[in-house]
Amino acid sequence: MNSARRWLEPEPERYEFRALPMHQFALGRRDFFKILGAGLVVFAAVKSLAAQETAPGPLGFHSEELPTDIGAWLHLGGDGKVTGFVGKAEIGQNARTSLAQTIVDELGMPFENVQMVMADTALTPFDAGTFGSRTTPTMTPQLRKMASAARDLLVGQAAKRWNVPVQGLVAAGARVTNPATGKVLTYAELVSEQSLGSQIPPLNDPIKPPSEWTIAGQSVRKANARDFVTGSHRYSTDLRPDGMLYGKVLRPPSFGATLVSYDDSSAKGIGDVLIVRDGDFIGAAASTVAAAEAALSRIQLEWKEVPQISDKELFSYLKNNAQPSGEERFLQTKGSLASGIAAATRSLEGDFTVAYIAHAPLEPRAAVAQWSGRKLTVWMGTQRPFAVRDDLADIFHVSEKDIRVIVPDTGSAYGGKHTSDAALEAARLARATAGRPVKLVWTREEEFTWAYFRPAGVIEIKSGIDDNGKLTTWEVHNYHSGMSAIETPYDVPNQLSQYHPVPLLLRSGSYRGLAATANHFAREMHMDLLAQLAGVDPLQFRLANLSDPRMKAVLDAGAEAFGWPRKRIEEGQGFGLAVGREKNSYVATFAEITVDLKTKKVRVKKLVEAFECGAIVNPDGLRNQVVGAMIQGMGGALFEAIEFQNGRITNNRFSSYRVPRFRDVPEIEAILLDRKDIAPAGAGETPIMAVAPAIGNAYFNAMGVRLNSLPLLPSAS
Amino acid sequence: MGESLQLEINGKKYSVNYPPDTPLLYVLRDELGLTGTKYGCGEGMCGACTVLLGGAARRSCQISVSVAASKPIKTIEGLEKDGTLHPVQQAFLDLGAFQCGYCTSGMIMSSVSLLQSNPHPTREQIVQAMQGNICRCGTHPRIVEAIEKAAAQLSAGGK
Repeated sequence: MNSARRWLEPEPERYEFRALPMHQFALGRRDFFKILGAGLVVFAAVKSLAAQETAPGPLGFHSEELPTDIGAWLHLGGDGKVTGFVGKAEIGQNARTSLAQTIVDELGMPFENVQMVMADTALTPFDAGTFGSRTTPTMTPQLRKMASAARDLLVGQAAKRWNVPVQGLVAAGARVTNPATGKVLTYAELVSEQSLGSQIPPLNDPIKPPSEWTIAGQSVRKANARDFVTGSHRYSTDLRPDGMLYGKVLRPPSFGATLVSYDDSSAKGIGDVLIVRDGDFIGAAASTVAAAEAALSRIQLEWKEVPQISDKELFSYLKNNAQPSGEERFLQTKGSLASGIAAATRSLEGDFTVAYIAHAPLEPRAAVAQWSGRKLTVWMGTQRPFAVRDDLADIFHVSEKDIRVIVPDTGSAYGGKHTSDAALEAARLARATAGRPVKLVWTREEEFTWAYFRPAGVIEIKSGIDDNGKLTTWEVHNYHSGMSAIETPYDVPNQLSQYHPVPLLLRSGSYRGLAATANHFAREMHMDLLAQLAGVDPLQFRLANLSDPRMKAVLDAGAEAFGWPRKRIEEGQGFGLAVGREKNSYVATFAEITVDLKTKKVRVKKLVEAFECGAIVNPDGLRNQVVGAMIQGMGGALFEAIEFQNGRITNNRFSSYRVPRFRDVPEIEAILLDRKDIAPAGAGETPIMAVAPAIGNAYFNAMGVRLNSLPLLPSAS
Repeated sequence: MGESLQLEINGKKYSVNYPPDTPLLYVLRDELGLTGTKYGCGEGMCGACTVLLGGAARRSCQISVSVAASKPIKTIEGLEKDGTLHPVQQAFLDLGAFQCGYCTSGMIMSSVSLLQSNPHPTREQIVQAMQGNICRCGTHPRIVEAIEKAAAQLSAGGK
């Protein structure tokens, strides 16, 4: 499984992936269009889009050749229905709905007439993955261009039929109208009589600005919403193709353990169980999970384990094992620290730590795999179906075009479903079953142990202010946790931001917001101390050091709703705020907490968050994402931490790893600033970033005590 | 090994042959295809597998199929009647009280159970009743609102 391990190399960020080789999947797509029937198919080169998602990375991805194939984005059928094709996955973020809105908004059709085909390597254009809050900023313009081109083709077709110029014809309401004659042709009529076939439209058509949106910008109900309240939606874990067997993998007792001896003689020949051993991979497939487990438990095994450090030594390990790196992208500077320090009249140093935390998506990692000769189909809840396809091709030495990865709408991910593990395991087991599909669903314990974590980290800040309370110098070092939002957004003339890679201790990767939460936590906690040093209110101190108007706007909106500054009216009460920007969106979070002075228990009473991500595509969906991020962020802020010892995760269950529950949820207010003048940005991540520092600052305000570690209160909350 | 057991699920009788200590959850999902009931943790800590057993919310990963055979079982698939959603389902739908939706079946079953035993719960009682159900997407406030809305709907006679 070396291919899968490629993704385990420590990287400062995880949305930097290699450009994948591109292939045509004409067969699959043609078959699908047979089902959809004749109609208008809009093709476009995906090159420009893929380029946007392939950032320069340590493995030299940027230098690799970019994809050149043609992908189909839209199909308009003779029944008047439009189908959109995107490689993005629906993982609870409501992209299926918002992207569908975007298409019909541009095309001039009712929402009921659109469906989306998503994240299917045989049917949708290549996509690097559903991460980095990229779906909205890349797919909104892309789908609008496609829809706008389709609309032009329809208008052109109508003009031809009527023998009139296209000028003056109106495309709206799923029909083309000629106001001069009153004549009308529906889109369905325009595509039904003759297939318009494949068209490569000009991609320079103007798209509707947000101020002219009609269906986009509205709170359209989630696509297929009814299926979720009736239990009829089928997640990967729910699939039961004919003849399916259940898989189970025998895991080593600890990370890095290697097999010394193996004897499966007493496990073989029981019922219909198939046992597969391939190197250190040991698994079974059977008609029930219990039968597979029973067989695995009869295998005689001896493992050699390797001594490993525990969570108690984590932060000293990170600090002491930083790798000197000359990589330019790890270091950002501005001005001169020496002159910044010289200009400072007061200076401050702060050290912060963040623990490993788990995504714990409620639907565990799972895959169903089925071989048919050398062709493989995998259904899997993943954020990166095309990367899963390529990993499978690598491992099993088959061509990518013989592998199809399909992503049913998934039971959440939060950055946790990037790797191919469950697919590789299910496919390996299915290789032994003579064509019968195998389903492998990880247990919660496997989830907490064998997935990957948000990296832990140590962050150090040195700063200085002058007599006017202006920042003169800012130096930040992040060990291991990552670079996202490492640079301060405040106006500081002299800065140094540096990321220090550390060899992996636990398997680590993406998590909602990546390191932006850690870097915001350190910076915004530090800012409150500086405000105190300057003798200025924390809000005023920030505003005085800011010139970004969008950042000021979220601070102002949040402060007004929260009623900042507020006076303490009871013992243990505290108020805190934090602000930030990332991925072209802005957030300010305000927290009110009470601390029980005897037990030190913390109760978050109220969270107010102002968020701005440009023009809002679906306000109701966005509100769900923002409130959700606030609540999820409370877990990492207050109590979530992975505990480990000797290569084992010691809190690998929901009974020992605490996540936010109903009683933790405070009064919540989310203020969504709609900027029709700014192209829509993603919103999945940024709303989580400022929660932890807002709560941390409220604790500081209540108790006068600095809590510089995440989680803030692992045992007292 | 296996034992023949009679189950009554959503008003239908099923005969299954399973080791009696098998958790009901696996029989529902793997044998009967009632996959609306979800696996989340296998230790009764997340509520995704909640069903009604004799009308009360139970974690189906913690009940053996032999115990479950003693009482009528209701799963998420059994709530809808003649194409009409249960008021709790309708309220979840109307308020968009889910994101990825994976916890939703369990949330709805726990809510139905709560409103059967307490038709007019206070907000604190709702929080108390739902404490064992995990939503990782953080949709809790809407779920509480949906339960309040369903309670109002039910008491208005919209049963």
